[in-house]
Amino acid sequence: MTKSSQHTILKTSNLTIGYQTKKGKSIIADDIHLELKQGELIGLVGANGIGKSTLLRTLATIQQPLDGAIKIHDTTLDQYSALDLAKTMSLVLTEQLMSKNLSVFELVALGRQPYTNWVGNLSKLDVSEVNKAIELTNITNLKHRKCFELSDGQLQKVMIARALAQDTHLIILDEPTTHLDMYHKAYILKLLQRLAKETNKTILFSSHEIDLAIQLCDTMIVMTKETVVSNSPCRLIEQGVFETLFPKDLIGFDKTTGSFRVKK
Amino acid sequence: MTNENYSKKVIKTKHTYSFIILTMLLLLCFVVNISLGSVSIPFSEVIQSILGNSSNDSWQYIIQDYRLPKAFTAILVGSGLGISGLLMQTLFRNPLAGPFVLGISSGASLGVALVILGSGLFGGIFASVLISKWSIVIAASLGSFLVLLAVLLVSSKVRDTMAILIIGLMFGSITAAIVSVLSYFSSAEQLQQYIFWGFGSLGNLSWNELFIFFGIYIIGILLAIFSIKSLNTFLLGENYAKSLGLDVKTSRFIIIIATSLLAGTITAFAGPIAFIGLAIPHMTRQIFNTSNHQILLPAVFLFGAVVMLICDSIAQLPTSDYTLPINAITSLIGAPVVVWLLVRQRKMVF
Repeated sequence: MTKSSQHTILKTSNLTIGYQTKKGKSIIADDIHLELKQGELIGLVGANGIGKSTLLRTLATIQQPLDGAIKIHDTTLDQYSALDLAKTMSLVLTEQLMSKNLSVFELVALGRQPYTNWVGNLSKLDVSEVNKAIELTNITNLKHRKCFELSDGQLQKVMIARALAQDTHLIILDEPTTHLDMYHKAYILKLLQRLAKETNKTILFSSHEIDLAIQLCDTMIVMTKETVVSNSPCRLIEQGVFETLFPKDLIGFDKTTGSFRVKK
Repeated sequence: MTNENYSKKVIKTKHTYSFIILTMLLLLCFVVNISLGSVSIPFSEVIQSILGNSSNDSWQYIIQDYRLPKAFTAILVGSGLGISGLLMQTLFRNPLAGPFVLGISSGASLGVALVILGSGLFGGIFASVLISKWSIVIAASLGSFLVLLAVLLVSSKVRDTMAILIIGLMFGSITAAIVSVLSYFSSAEQLQQYIFWGFGSLGNLSWNELFIFFGIYIIGILLAIFSIKSLNTFLLGENYAKSLGLDVKTSRFIIIIATSLLAGTITAFAGPIAFIGLAIPHMTRQIFNTSNHQILLPAVFLFGAVVMLICDSIAQLPTSDYTLPINAITSLIGAPVVVWLLVRQRKMVF
């Protein structure tokens, strides 16, 4: 199956992101054209402060776009009811959990909220969806542990399981690999790759792990001051996009290994 | 798999046991509370008086028109303050929040202070009319309602929930300052009356007043029950709550209205009762070791009622003619219990 025949989940056209202030619009990036396909793992990379989080927060409707349109399944975001959107897109954010006294099962089960009744009781289907999400993320052994007992890496897996339990076509993760060691960074991204394949969900994440993303992603979105480009990692390397990511005085991109090297 | 099911069952049964024990404790405390008082009445006569068959008219009067409404008031006050405290702690993600963080009690204090302390300004005859019990109830309700309205108006302009907390505190400071100015110009007698109101009291309600109290209380409780799902969603934080399809603004508004109805009427009818609203949710969380509001809400209800009944029983100093201020007892008994629970568990469950 070729890429172009795959179903498009999310599409932006002419999107401008930034902040509305009293003095006017403060534009962070404009003219963004993205197309996310079903079953793809998409990595969003860029230097600090370039606006990765702003882009993700805008796609996740935490923040309003300044201009342009975001469509999911050919319907613009503002036409979705809050509940329908919750059944289409789930999030994994960087913010700290307020209460870590929930058990892993309880936390993952909160992902079923858009489907449960007024008091939040889990149906049989809800329980089996929660268990499925827990098995897919390999955290069955943690099921009855409390969240404050978990390491950062384990907690990140739990948050991913929660997003899976929400049963959406699209999962957006904001820097899921921060605070993790090298092994767990690779583990989480590898897990995301497997989930995209096995569940046919579209998974979009932002990360500073450019080397890992190049190896694992189907598509990458590269944000620089001038443009936002998206393509398969190989194409991006051919086009020399990664060279433009950072100032050239300290590190340089090595095309043969697909990674950055410190200049001697 | 069987092992998992087993452990889940154990957790469920543990909670069921706790609920059965708490309910029995509530009944026990209720009976003990009614049996105790400055007049000692034999237990069999207490039961007969409740049923209306007592041979002694004055005993029947004491039980039916004083001790029973007082015990019911204690249940409403304890459970209502506990639940509104729980709602505020979850909404504001802050273990120090209580039912009065929105300025409800300071608003009520201001209303009562204006009636009691300000009456000097309105002249003698007028003053004696003003300081009836109903005028104090109405003043407290109006005061808390107006301060709350101001807090809500200002907070509808801000998006951050934490800002509402600060705004509530600021309004509290403003009303406290006005009360200070009023106190400065008041007579010693008026001051004493105001301070007595601040002690809190459970024993002044007639059945009619109790019915009005209960009517407003039950609306607050129903709104709180209606909020169980959104409260659980708020445990993840507001952005997650929104991504789960929750209408954050409306849910927040319902939670605030529930709290104001509960805390506002309680303050109007029983005075500013401190501590219970802050401590009961913590005690319940430590004992039940959960953050799930499906369990916490009924547990806080039962536990708040039990603690309030116990505090009231102690406040009457059994077999003596004195009744200690209920506000002092709640803190004297409650604070050490909270400290003990925290030390025993070695960590705070929140």
